[in-house]
Amino acid sequence: MSEIALVQNPNVGLDKTQKGGPYVNELSTLNLGPTHPATHGIFQNILTMDGETIVDAEQTVGYIHRAFEKIAERRPFYQITTLTDRMNYCSAPINNMGWHMTVEKLLGIEVPKRAQYMRVIMMELARLTDHIVCNSILAVDTGALTGFLYVYQWREFIYEIYEEMCGARLTTNMGRFGGMERDFTPVAIEKIQKLLKELPAALKEFEGLVMRNRIFMDRTQNVGGISAERALNYGFTGPNLRAAGVDYDVRAMNPYSSYEDFEFDVPVGTKGDTYDRFLVREEEMWQSLRIIQQAMDNLPAGPYHADAPHYYLPEKQDVYHNMEALIYHFKIVMGEIDAPVGEVYHAVEGGNGELGFYLVSDGGRTPYRLKFRRPGFIYYQAFPEMIKGTSLSDAIVTMSSMNVIAGELDT
Amino acid sequence: MENQQITDALLAQFGADDVFGIGESHGILQVTTTVETIVPMIHFLYAHPVFKFQFLTDLAGIHFPDAKGQELGVIYHLHSLENNVRLWIKAYAPIEAPHFPTITDLYAAANWMEREAFDFYGIIFDGHPNLTRILNMDEMDYHPMRKEYPLEDATRHDKIDELFGR
Repeated sequence: MSEIALVQNPNVGLDKTQKGGPYVNELSTLNLGPTHPATHGIFQNILTMDGETIVDAEQTVGYIHRAFEKIAERRPFYQITTLTDRMNYCSAPINNMGWHMTVEKLLGIEVPKRAQYMRVIMMELARLTDHIVCNSILAVDTGALTGFLYVYQWREFIYEIYEEMCGARLTTNMGRFGGMERDFTPVAIEKIQKLLKELPAALKEFEGLVMRNRIFMDRTQNVGGISAERALNYGFTGPNLRAAGVDYDVRAMNPYSSYEDFEFDVPVGTKGDTYDRFLVREEEMWQSLRIIQQAMDNLPAGPYHADAPHYYLPEKQDVYHNMEALIYHFKIVMGEIDAPVGEVYHAVEGGNGELGFYLVSDGGRTPYRLKFRRPGFIYYQAFPEMIKGTSLSDAIVTMSSMNVIAGELDT
Repeated sequence: MENQQITDALLAQFGADDVFGIGESHGILQVTTTVETIVPMIHFLYAHPVFKFQFLTDLAGIHFPDAKGQELGVIYHLHSLENNVRLWIKAYAPIEAPHFPTITDLYAAANWMEREAFDFYGIIFDGHPNLTRILNMDEMDYHPMRKEYPLEDATRHDKIDELFGR
């Protein structure tokens, strides 16, 4: 028998109320954010952890709140466009055009077919950039940097198309009330054709690298899932809702801007987990390409903007040589045009889901009230429920696949 | 499903005293109701075998300083996904006691929407699990979207309304 007696250690750690004991079985607090490389934006999650397992999460948002709804109450309508593209900056043209369509609904402007098709093309390009960013960064968050490099250059290329159309890349301010500010230039058409020809190969390569990758599948399958019922209750829309198995797509259910002319599928998932969200976004990119192809093939001739001189900024050439154009130019730029009294809600399918604009006009030059329905703000509140009981690394990929955009979250 | 059907059903269920201001705006039906009727009405529409307004699209606060006794309003944007019909329900309360019932027990999505309306308009949602500010800082002591807070610096001379005939 050994001379060293075995002494039983007291179970200090098991008593959770006791302070200063060993760390075993104690809940710890972990700050994920506000600035963290894996959150892709400025927002905070205070996680309560039991070892590696997340017990609870408390969200803090509003770090980049810029009071857009308040600012909008003072600005003439056309100056609000620049606010909208700062919301979901990954798909800024969709925001711009959603806003334009809302105002057109209020004013009763009929947009010519060509402008509608051009809008569809730009909006689908925006959806492509949005999903490219989301999916390739999701791959990066699981440790696969390579795939990201293959597709990200195409996002840059789409930004070049934006540049050709409106002069800006990220915060686009694209389009006007009544149509587009300019027609497709030959360079823009050439670039869109090149994209249609060459992006599929890059997407295929990306999918080949990631989609059936064992590590990626293990990291994303059955992670951060949500049932269709809970997703609807939480107000999910867009790819996140469709991943849960609900085929709600604003483009299909309430077609706007001639979406009814195009043939496309609405992909749905089954489990609503991270892998399903990834697959739904992948398939949507293929559908976007399909829509762009159809729109380019059938692009109608005709004017690219409506004949609405009170609201559509005249061409610079006319401003110099045409008295009426000069007057309208002045009135529009100074924001002297009153809008009719009315109340409008218009929704478009944004990168993340139903992007809605609720506009109340009292007949003045500015909105009386403007409420942005930001899909990200509404579905992000389900995040704690989705990550409870999982590990920290699962929470990171769940957040990444939800595509939470801080600008959209905080307006 | 027609908008008329919904108004008829609402009038039959709640009576003309609690369902008024019926109108349509670009195809979307809107009704105004009293604060007391909000919860029964939304529950009725949610559980209705045909209407099934089970999706809360948005919830917007609004401030009308000139409407005495009903300064603060809430607009509920409901959506029946099955029928693809949208509906606005509006209700107003006096600014001295802007109490509204919460609908978080029915729609989880209402949680942050109500917090946002509280943050910007000071609308108090009774029964809300965590009615705190959401986008503004906690130390803020006013509700910035109310109309009494002008947006721009009043000392600026380049934006005097008079000079522009406003």
